[in-house]
Amino acid sequence: MNPDHLLYAETHEWVRVEDKGSEKIATVGITAHAVEQLTDLIFMELPPTGSQVTAGSAFGEVESVKATSNLYSPVTGEVVEINQGLPDQLDLLNKDPYGAAWIMKVRLSEESALERLMDRRTYDQQAS
Amino acid sequence: MLQTALHQWHVDHGGRMVEFGGWSMPVQYTSIMAEHQATRTATGIFDVSHMGRFWFRGDDIDAVIDRLLTRRVVGLEAGKIRYSLMCRPDGGILDDVLFYHLAGAAEGEQFMMVVNAGNRQKIFDWIQAQTAGSGLAVQDRTLDTAMIAVQGPAACDVVKKLSETDPTSLAYYTGCCSTVCGKWAVLSRTGYTGEDGCELIVHAADAVAIADAVLQQASAVGGMPAGLGARDTLRLEAAMPLYGHELLESVNAAQTGLKFAINLKNREFVGRDAIQSAMSRPELLVRSGLRLEGRRAARENCEVWSEENRVGVVTSGTFSPTLNQSISMAYLSPQVAATGTALHVDNRGTRVPAEVVQLPFYSRS
Repeated sequence: MNPDHLLYAETHEWVRVEDKGSEKIATVGITAHAVEQLTDLIFMELPPTGSQVTAGSAFGEVESVKATSNLYSPVTGEVVEINQGLPDQLDLLNKDPYGAAWIMKVRLSEESALERLMDRRTYDQQAS
Repeated sequence: MLQTALHQWHVDHGGRMVEFGGWSMPVQYTSIMAEHQATRTATGIFDVSHMGRFWFRGDDIDAVIDRLLTRRVVGLEAGKIRYSLMCRPDGGILDDVLFYHLAGAAEGEQFMMVVNAGNRQKIFDWIQAQTAGSGLAVQDRTLDTAMIAVQGPAACDVVKKLSETDPTSLAYYTGCCSTVCGKWAVLSRTGYTGEDGCELIVHAADAVAIADAVLQQASAVGGMPAGLGARDTLRLEAAMPLYGHELLESVNAAQTGLKFAINLKNREFVGRDAIQSAMSRPELLVRSGLRLEGRRAARENCEVWSEENRVGVVTSGTFSPTLNQSISMAYLSPQVAATGTALHVDNRGTRVPAEVVQLPFYSRS
């Protein structure tokens, strides 16, 4: 996945929005910058399929040797799929944060939150 | 915020700087796991210059300081170092310290103490107040010295290549004045990782050159710089208490289980009677070890439960890189503190099964 084509949240998640018929499905992950800052990840807790997530609110947790951090949803809608295998292979977050280490897919119930997301260049400036 | 003499060295080596005890310190350079494993298998190099370093001058220094420590240091032989607690009259813990009677030291440099960074001013003031009229002079040399811990199975070999004194000729918990890289240094066989190793106290102006030389030797055997993150996981596996977590003014020394550091017989010291009476109070919580199910760490202040009764609180917890599981130190009611007792920890709303285990979690073979 080319990170240039993604949208980014201030809280270091990335989003890719795709049209699936009349629905919009957002794939969500965390950025390479976030993974680098967290380091030594040992645990990840993800929401069950079917749960509702809200833009700006926590949807899960990621834990490193040093600390526990919330994962914040950049979008609002229903979780339609999660990356089941990810919590057992957290190393994928280092290897392929924008591809194999995607975290969840959300069917958007409203799209206004997307307007608050940044493009790659703006995010990189903010994160550096 | 204070910076150690190695601040720029940390930045140059990729250290991620955080505030700790009023100092800017590296929490890690690469990853906590890698630095932890390097220390267990080869050598980790730690800047511990934030720890307070006091030198004492006066008459009968060991006798004067003895009255402030839970452990006997009067008559301590030259070369020996003692770990001790320092307590209030009610037995509450002011700090845990190392008291040194250095061998080979110049006049006025034989007796020193290392205290925790966050307690430096408090302990300085406490010693001054408690010893007023004794003629004891306390000199805080924290800022014009640096302290480097070289820890791990290869640590003594690394230091041996650079020091006048062969560290393997020193017994554990002994120290002397010597030279490292030709510069004045206090060399001691001490540490806070559960591994063998040395700590070097050097002049601040010599710290960078000495750190470079140590790193060069250590790199050749798989060693690396290590930050406060690895220092915490290493000391936790070794069940060494940390001030502010296991040790607090609200905790009586008797609760810590550090029996080797408390001598009550035939001596008087501040807090003695309160510690003695606390030894026979069965309701006081005691420091204990917990092994938790899964990889997820319990953190400070997580509550510990037995069935529906709250029986204690976690003071430190981490994922243990060596044991590959979640471990915690906690203060527990003595009724549930026996090894093998099944409990659970409330970890952010989740009940995690836990078992009481003997401390330490890890000890080097």
